[in-house]
Amino acid sequence: MTVDVGLTVNGAHHELKVDPRTTLLDLLREHLGLTGTKKGCDHGQCGACTVLVDGVRKNSCLNLAASCAEREIVTIEGLGNEQNLHPMQAAFVKHDGFQCGYCTPGQICSAVGMLNEIQRGLPSAVTADLKTSTMELAENEVRERMSGNICRCAAYPNIVAAILDAGGKA
Amino acid sequence: MRAFTYERPDDMANALVAIGKPGAKFLAGGTNLLDLMKVEAETPQHLVDVSRLPLTGIDEADGGLRIGAMVTNTDLAADARVRERYPMLSRAVLNGASGQLRNQATTGGNLLQRTRCYYFYEPSAPCNKRAPGSGCSALHGYNRIHAILGASDACIAVHPSDMAVALAALDAEVEVRSAAGTRHIKIADFHRLPEATPQKETTLNPGELITAVILPAPPAGGQVYRKVRDRASYDFALVSVAALVDLDGERIRGARIALGGVAHKPWRALEAERGLTGATLSDDAFAAAGEAAVRGAQGRGHNDFKIQLAARTVARALSDAAKQRKA
Repeated sequence: MTVDVGLTVNGAHHELKVDPRTTLLDLLREHLGLTGTKKGCDHGQCGACTVLVDGVRKNSCLNLAASCAEREIVTIEGLGNEQNLHPMQAAFVKHDGFQCGYCTPGQICSAVGMLNEIQRGLPSAVTADLKTSTMELAENEVRERMSGNICRCAAYPNIVAAILDAGGKA
Repeated sequence: MRAFTYERPDDMANALVAIGKPGAKFLAGGTNLLDLMKVEAETPQHLVDVSRLPLTGIDEADGGLRIGAMVTNTDLAADARVRERYPMLSRAVLNGASGQLRNQATTGGNLLQRTRCYYFYEPSAPCNKRAPGSGCSALHGYNRIHAILGASDACIAVHPSDMAVALAALDAEVEVRSAAGTRHIKIADFHRLPEATPQKETTLNPGELITAVILPAPPAGGQVYRKVRDRASYDFALVSVAALVDLDGERIRGARIALGGVAHKPWRALEAERGLTGATLSDDAFAAAGEAAVRGAQGRGHNDFKIQLAARTVARALSDAAKQRKA
């Protein structure tokens, strides 16, 4: 059996026939050749596969492609390019927010989604006052909110600095 | 992953028909189901995707709230009414999983997530939950994360949810629908203890879909959710406690205590609650409640530490809840 999936990736619409087992991650990498999104653990534990689905950060390895029909997906390739970096990409370069780089596309997509969550006033586990609707971008908030993105090179201090900078808190 | 067929019905009526197909399972956020399918601990033949059914509202209901089953963990924790009236629930949800997962995981799916016992995830290991009758590898294996209360020789796995622990303390109800109609299940009756059939984790009947979780009017008192884990973020609980303390001056008018990470279901410590009612506010009273909460607990070796940890976490959570009430 195959399922028909129509979805938009980085602004381009695609119509595909895929095995129902195909994850969004495999669709991006194997069907569309967008290998910027990385397969780390393939179990939702490492965050290397993070993409934006309708503007919200998700683990692409834990989404069936079929469940993403008609969604708008943005991957690292859609955020910016070498000539025109996204501000978050530029901040990661400026602060040396990586070593091997494997987790970096997921870190950057996750950070972009995370800043949006703070702007929307969504609380986190370290938000002291749940009743406040304005969230402060701070180091402890970044560390908590980015805990779904693992960096085995442990570039965390520079990742945090890059995100604070891109969020206007350098 | 085993092959399966997939459909996404347009409405609830069609979903409730589709689930009657052989080997069918509902798919919502999929953060646990898809993971389990990859290791073939779950092998559905057919997936009925209910993630787009219109069950995403949080509505006022009889002084409480009715939370649609497809409300994401993120939206539940961020809802202003939940933050104001049920802070332990918001805190519990925010202490689970990661930002990405909370953006996808649903309220209904959270209740149905399965244990993270490593032997359940390992198809080559005997596991009565995955392969009934094959034995329990954790009983004499590495059982640091396992149950200290309500376990059986067939299974010592724990339920991994944070959200459900707060729901247990809040006396929530689960609304379920099937082709036969709608019914409500008290949260205390929703999850089962393992006994001889650990493969049966809930009292849901085949073909029933969770449509909502209903919170009664918020109870009086200070609310706390306290979670103890190996990592400071993005980890399952070794022990967690949802606690509520209501005070009348220095007298404890009432208390509620639910524990996570200690049993096959969210564990309500009713005897400890009764012992606190009418007591004078003191650290000794909370320490005694902690001891009462783990009365009859049984360690299995590597998890022996959980008994004292649970008692102390209960005492600390109660103390914090009392301070919230006084503040």
